[in-house]
Amino acid sequence: MELSKHPEKTSVELNINGRDITLQISPWTTLLDALREHLQLTGTKKGCDHGQCGACTVLVNGKHINSCLTLAAMQTDKEITTIEGLANGDNLHPVQEAFIEHDAFQCGYCTPGQICSTVGLLNMKKGSNPEEIRDLMSGNICRCGAYANIYKAVEEMLEKGTEGTSSL
Amino acid sequence: MIADTNYIGKSTRRVDGIKKVTGQAPYIAEFNPADLVHGYVINSTIPKGKITAVKKEKALQVPGVREIFTHENVPVEVKINSDYSDPLAPPGSPFRPLYNEDILYNGQPIALVVADTFETAAFAAGLVEIEYDNEEVCEVDIRQNLDNATHEDVPEPPEPRGNAADAYDSSTVKIEAEYYQPREYHNPMEPFASVASWNEEEGSFTVYDKIQGVGSSQKYISGVFNLDKEKVRVISPFIGGAFGSGLRPQYQLFFAAMASKALKLPVKVVMTRTQMFSFGHRPACLQRLKLSADKNGKLTSIRHTAFAETSRFEKFNETVVDWSGLMYQCENVELDYQLVPVDVYTPLDMRAPGGSTGMYALECAMDELAIEAGIDPLELRIINYAEKDQNEDKPFSSKELKACYQRAAEKFGWHKRKAEPGSNQQGNQMVGYGMASGVWEAMQKASSAKAILTAEGKLTVSSGTADIGTGTYTIMSQIAAEMLGISMENVEFKLGDSTLPDAPIEGGSWTASSVGSAVKMVCTALQQKIFELAVQTHPQLFESKLFEDATFGNGEISLGNGKAISYAEVIKAAAKKSLEVQVNSQPEDSRSNYSCYTHSCVMVEVHVDKDTGMISVPRVVNAIAGGRIINPKTAESQIIGGVTWGIGMALEEEGMMDSRNGRIMNANLAEYHVAVQADVKEIDVIFVEEQDDIVNPLGAKGLGEIGIVGVASAISNAVYNATGKRVRELPITLDKVL
Repeated sequence: MELSKHPEKTSVELNINGRDITLQISPWTTLLDALREHLQLTGTKKGCDHGQCGACTVLVNGKHINSCLTLAAMQTDKEITTIEGLANGDNLHPVQEAFIEHDAFQCGYCTPGQICSTVGLLNMKKGSNPEEIRDLMSGNICRCGAYANIYKAVEEMLEKGTEGTSSL
Repeated sequence: MIADTNYIGKSTRRVDGIKKVTGQAPYIAEFNPADLVHGYVINSTIPKGKITAVKKEKALQVPGVREIFTHENVPVEVKINSDYSDPLAPPGSPFRPLYNEDILYNGQPIALVVADTFETAAFAAGLVEIEYDNEEVCEVDIRQNLDNATHEDVPEPPEPRGNAADAYDSSTVKIEAEYYQPREYHNPMEPFASVASWNEEEGSFTVYDKIQGVGSSQKYISGVFNLDKEKVRVISPFIGGAFGSGLRPQYQLFFAAMASKALKLPVKVVMTRTQMFSFGHRPACLQRLKLSADKNGKLTSIRHTAFAETSRFEKFNETVVDWSGLMYQCENVELDYQLVPVDVYTPLDMRAPGGSTGMYALECAMDELAIEAGIDPLELRIINYAEKDQNEDKPFSSKELKACYQRAAEKFGWHKRKAEPGSNQQGNQMVGYGMASGVWEAMQKASSAKAILTAEGKLTVSSGTADIGTGTYTIMSQIAAEMLGISMENVEFKLGDSTLPDAPIEGGSWTASSVGSAVKMVCTALQQKIFELAVQTHPQLFESKLFEDATFGNGEISLGNGKAISYAEVIKAAAKKSLEVQVNSQPEDSRSNYSCYTHSCVMVEVHVDKDTGMISVPRVVNAIAGGRIINPKTAESQIIGGVTWGIGMALEEEGMMDSRNGRIMNANLAEYHVAVQADVKEIDVIFVEEQDDIVNPLGAKGLGEIGIVGVASAISNAVYNATGKRVRELPITLDKVL
């Protein structure tokens, strides 16, 4: 490809929060930019665009991934769940509820990613001890420093045996 | 004072909590006006010199690219008769993007590519070639440039008292030490972003901007474009963290507004993470301390000199050394603060600016003095406790620091500390205990607020302040509900819009104190209006009664005789739709007779691995005297956040600059380390009782800064206790203790 040639847009079919969506996007569009810039699903956040902060975490087939490190075109035929897809109408997912109760956020920008990582952890049935919880939640940076309260929210979910979204 | 409360002092969930956990809270980059185009900034790759050529032909050929702005084609109006200052601009000349071909620092924004999509703009930016005439020498290390240190345009610290040099020479116990801390970068999780829409017909801007005070961006844009303030509306409802980085408008605001006006289209400009390292930062600082005491540990002299970094074009200053004349009773004190200009961007206030810096050095030095005197470090602080502010010769409005010492020591188990360094070992871990005091000024600024109460009994209170994660939305709703006497479900608080009443920039821990006082005042004024109206609508009940006789609660006004009328009923009976009142609140004059400060005591336990030198912090206790606590839930969050920052400051954070080319080498979140979940374990926050009727009408002192102050010193002191190694340069990485 010549550097100055803009690649042709292509049709990409995605299943997001239970809905089938067809997008006309450049093939180089990341899943994160597809969500934020093309679908206005802006609950998924861009913090670094390099897989270093976790703000863009979404669930793909129940597993939490960095949506900035994958292209939208690579995620066809999969079930994508974003923060907008966790609550059931006005009923919050238990993890969302726990984050509010424990004040597990301040500015709220990393929060959707933290919540998706927590749901992913529950789906994986991981987090059997404090050290493992802290390690597995360390891919999500919270610059406000709400970690101590995020930990309490995750711990409560594990103690209660809360279901994530699906078993893996 | 408020005896029984319904909301103030009660742990309350955030009113914006549901929006934040469902992804519905809109941050700046998420506003998308119709016909929006996207800008991508190009930054310089040399530290000093001139741009000699910009080759943009290839980039302009990319379909979807609208324009590429450089110093060569920037609209001339932003070069002439323009004022680039903002309310917090330090002495000097504010940076003017695209002003000319000069390069002042590495990473300077020098061009903007505007295209139909973000991807296209970013792609085309990579095709722009810039040629430079690079000057050979750049200076970025303050330690290599102390010869250029200056007092010019630098606020003077308090005058010397006594004779510190003589007292030092004649004292038996003394220490002298030098401490260094590197540049730190704020790195809020939300990158800086602006969405600007120029309205050609009205000659006005609507701008969504990441800023800690909408008034600041409004002032900046009206100055740059020579517009009346009223022609610039700035909106900023949710801020994804700022920590001081949003105290001044950042360069994406200039670019979005300039391009929007030039292209007559709405323009969005969002910084990349790497660009988040291309503007203000906590300045590198070198501090020298000389302390002396008599054999009982009584301080005989304090000398504190700080050399702090600034840019070549602005004299950024903080309060670094004054704390050393404030914290402890001492008759011989000499303080000095100097700036060292180097080839970097102007530093910027960052969480507890100056306080976390100065107190880091002072509290490490106090630990060194305690060791030298053979006195327990906590005991040394109590021996030298200051009952009044000797810098200003004023009493404190309140100071429950002794209670902080006591409560922290009890909770932490300070008595179990082993004085001999390295004598507490658990398996492969060397265990150390360390402590420090903390202090921050309890300020209050003039603030305005408006209240509207409808005939349906709904209250809307508004002020042009911000919520940067601090909980402003929530605590202002609590204060309003409490003060008017209605249920919190009927209260809405609005902020982050320059059309709302003026409020100070959210910073310095003064928002609860300043805006909170305005909210209290406006609710009292509203009660007065309700009363006046009730006298007209229900004369049989209220005529010949005084406002002071009435009580307000549960959404009702009553005279305590069993008869109560709801506010809504009063408004309806007057055939009005709503009542509206606006107030301006000022600090009380009586405040100036006192020194108002928040205090803390931090105690930490560290573990240092004998083989690897890995340092962890299993336990932190932070006891705070911060006046009245409005919401213990969000208040505790402020403190654990500050402690987490302190852990990062002590052990991880360091902006590493290549001294040859002035470029940050670790301008990303993989290599610029901040504390993550695995670095933070137990944090106990204690709020001691502290009544203060002087500081402001609420008695609340503010909590945003105090949580970090002292943490890095307590950790440094604990590392010494664990290992016997005194590391005087932050961050304390494992190589420094091995």
